[in-house]
Formats: sequence, structure tokens, C-alpha cells
Amino acid sequence: MTGEDTRHLPLEDLHQAAGARFGAFAGWSMPLTYPPGVMKEHLHTREHAGLFDISHMKLFEVGGPGAAALLDRACPLDAGALEISQSKYTFFLNEAAGIIDDLIVTRLGENRFMVVANAGNAIEDEKHLRALATDFDAKVEPLDRVFLAIQGPEAWAALSRAGIETGSLLFMHGIEPRQNWFMSRSGYTGEDGFEIGLPEKEARDLIAKLLEDERVQWIGLAARDSLRLEAGLCLHGQDLTPEVDPASAGLMWAIPKEVRAGHFIGADALRSIIERGPSQKRAGLKPDGRQPVRAGAALVDAGGNPAGHVTSGGFGPSTGHPVAMGYVDTALAKPGTKLFADVRGTKIPVDVTSLPFTPHRYRKG
Amino acid sequence: MAKTYFTEDHEWLRVEGGVATVGITDYAQEQLGDLVFVELPEIGRKLAKGDTAVVVESVKAASDVYAPVDGEITEANGSLSADPSLVNSAATGDGWLWKMKLSNESQLDGLMDEAAYKAHIG
Repeated sequence: MTGEDTRHLPLEDLHQAAGARFGAFAGWSMPLTYPPGVMKEHLHTREHAGLFDISHMKLFEVGGPGAAALLDRACPLDAGALEISQSKYTFFLNEAAGIIDDLIVTRLGENRFMVVANAGNAIEDEKHLRALATDFDAKVEPLDRVFLAIQGPEAWAALSRAGIETGSLLFMHGIEPRQNWFMSRSGYTGEDGFEIGLPEKEARDLIAKLLEDERVQWIGLAARDSLRLEAGLCLHGQDLTPEVDPASAGLMWAIPKEVRAGHFIGADALRSIIERGPSQKRAGLKPDGRQPVRAGAALVDAGGNPAGHVTSGGFGPSTGHPVAMGYVDTALAKPGTKLFADVRGTKIPVDVTSLPFTPHRYRKG
Repeated sequence: MAKTYFTEDHEWLRVEGGVATVGITDYAQEQLGDLVFVELPEIGRKLAKGDTAVVVESVKAASDVYAPVDGEITEANGSLSADPSLVNSAATGDGWLWKMKLSNESQLDGLMDEAAYKAHIG
């Protein structure tokens, strides 16, 4: 199942001891499920607190007098306008405004930023950022950390019991609570929660404390995917690719108005896409009945004409029905439009719907 | 008397009077995880060994279940439409998938008995 080049998590032994079933993702051997199974793991996260090992993701520290200018070039961002500890969801774009990766950038200090990147793109991201950095007085440093997410309505209480106070930290903010730690109030589930990057030994201590608490359970990658899909959040490589721009993806909210006129890579291409209007838009898709509609399925309109395609699809354990998202011709992308998905030759009726499927419950203030 | 056979693809067949009841093994359901949908076959469909008979869908993925022998579908387990998780909770009982009339009973000779299957999954 996994080749020689497969990378292994530093805490793999803990997942093995917890009875995880492993699978390959983005070049890593990852725990997909634990003995309770994806359905229970998903629901546990929405009701209590789920603990995820996301050490496959990459943390980069970008520092130096030119750090903000470097990020403003690489991303449609005004990094210097971020307050210290403020985080921003953003992208690396190519010249055609295609999304190389989606990221979270946090301002750690006057001239220091943390960039959290996806596992599958980490090597490309680092190359890209280093190549750009030669034009700026800035340094790009990949960090060697264990990276954990703790998500769900009881995440803050479980962390507090484990000795980590999160009280004043609000959604989309990040701090360095201890040396070589990075902790942000963010996540990939739609729930309140935290992501913590920290050295391995301290991670093992923290995990041991957290798992003493019956509110906390290990959650695998399968439930991470169903949680983010219900929350309407994009997976790079499926819903976002270098062929998709932020306007088509419905992610223009991530680009501040005053930045849109700026000089980030891909700015000209993005402006012309906005001017003529994207030909397709990302939309939520709710299949009728129980049968899941999955990534790759073609969409057609009532007349049988091509209407788009599905980029993520599965079953929503919290919604109790199949959930999907995909790209739909702009004229058909309005919620309420009836389309059909081709699943092994059968036409499954799907409703275009707004996202998310499960309301976000972030702690904003 | 009914006799039970197993395949390398982790299916079981309970054969009685020339008709096989077919399902997936407990090992297979564990590998698949929580099932959310079972696409059942049409009654009367003729299958050759190796044809896809049923598609079982977990939260994450769709997987084919193949006809283990030649035959004709005589019944599909309709209770799975309302409760696909029966395959997880009772893979070798109420979670059966379909029944088929065998057209070549000699194909059964190539299948495993329970002891051989247990050795196969280790």
C-alpha cells in the first residue's frame, strides 16, 4: 500500500498503539480511522473534542525586514496591515491566478510571520517562496514540528485541563505560548478549535494529558475529510488546483478590496477574470436520496447538457445525507438549481446549495 | 444442507438447493468502514464470475463486490436500502447482499472453506 518514499509521522507509534488503520495521503502514511470508525469519530468531534495528528502539514517561518513585502508578492495579501497575532487565509497564486496552494499566514511579530501550508504542496511551496525571497530581505525557514489539531466545542476546556489556557485567543489568531510552540485558534472542521505546532517530546506529553480526558479522542483523516466537506472548506488538489482561480472558487472574501489593485503574482490575470466574470463557480451540491456522489462525477442540466463536475463528495455523518461540492457553469450556480450527477451511468438528481452544510461554530469574540 | 464457501475477494456464499446467498465477510466490512449506501442489483440480471454485482459505499469511497460464480440474481436484500449499516453489524447474517441461482455449480470447487479463508486473511 505504501512505497519506499512514503513518509511516516513522528508519532506513528502512538497511532499504532491506538489501533489506527493507515493509508497513503500526499506522500505520507496517515491514520485514516481508529477503532470507533469514521462515523463515530466525526460525530465525537462535533459534540466533544477530536485530536488530529496533522504533522504532514508544513510550518514555515518567514522573517526579516522584507518578510511582509515577500508575502505581499507571493499572496494577495497586505501582510503589513495584519495586527500581531492576526491570521489570514490566503493563497500562493501563479501568473494565471491559479491557486498553487491555500495557506494560513499569521503575524508573529513586527517582521516575523508563520505560514501553514498543505502537505502535498510543501516542497513546491518552499521552492516557490525561496525563489521569490532572493528579491527581498527575508528568510524562509521550514520548521520541524509535530502539528496537532484539537477541534470541537470542548476543545478549549480539554486544553485548559491539560494546562493550556486559550481564553483570550480568538478565531483566526495565533501566538507562540512557549518557546518553539505555535498555537492558533483555527481548524478544518467548522468547529471551534486549535492547531498547535510544537517539539515532539512536548507533543507526547501534551497528548498523554489530553487523552486522559474522556472528552478527547483521536480522529483520523477520513473524518477530517467528512468534517471539512460538511463545513464547505476546500481541499487543495481536489476543490482548488493551479487551474482554479480565487474568483471561480468563491474565495474572493479572502482578498481584501484594497489589495485587489495591487502587484501580487497573478494580479493582472485575476483582475481580467473578475472583469469578464468566471465561467464556472464553486457550489455546494446536495444529492437526492442516500447515494453519495463523489469527486470526478460529471454534472449535467435538465436537458442533459454538460454543467460542471464534482470535486469533493461523500456522506455527511452530521447532516445524515450525502454532501458534495464542485464547479458549475456560472448561469447554473445559483442555489436551488436542479442538476444531475452521473454515477456509474445513473443520473442522480442534485440540488445546487449554499455552503456550509453544517453551520460554522467559530469563537469570534 | 447449506454449505458455506469463501473467496479471496472476501465474500461468503451460503449454498442451498442450487441457490447462493452472497455477502462480504466481517474482515471486509471492517476494512471498508461505516457503510452509507448499497447499490443493489436488479432481479433477473445474469452475472458471470468477476462481474460487478453490487457497489458498497462507505463515507469515503465506493467499492465493487464481484459475482463469485456465474448465475442469475433471484433476490436482493432490500433492508439495506433503509439501513446499509447492517453490513457492518451483521456481515454474515442480516447484512447479506444478494441471492443468485447458480448456473455452474462446479465453480464452487475452486472456493475456500472457512478454515482456508481464516488462513488466507491470517
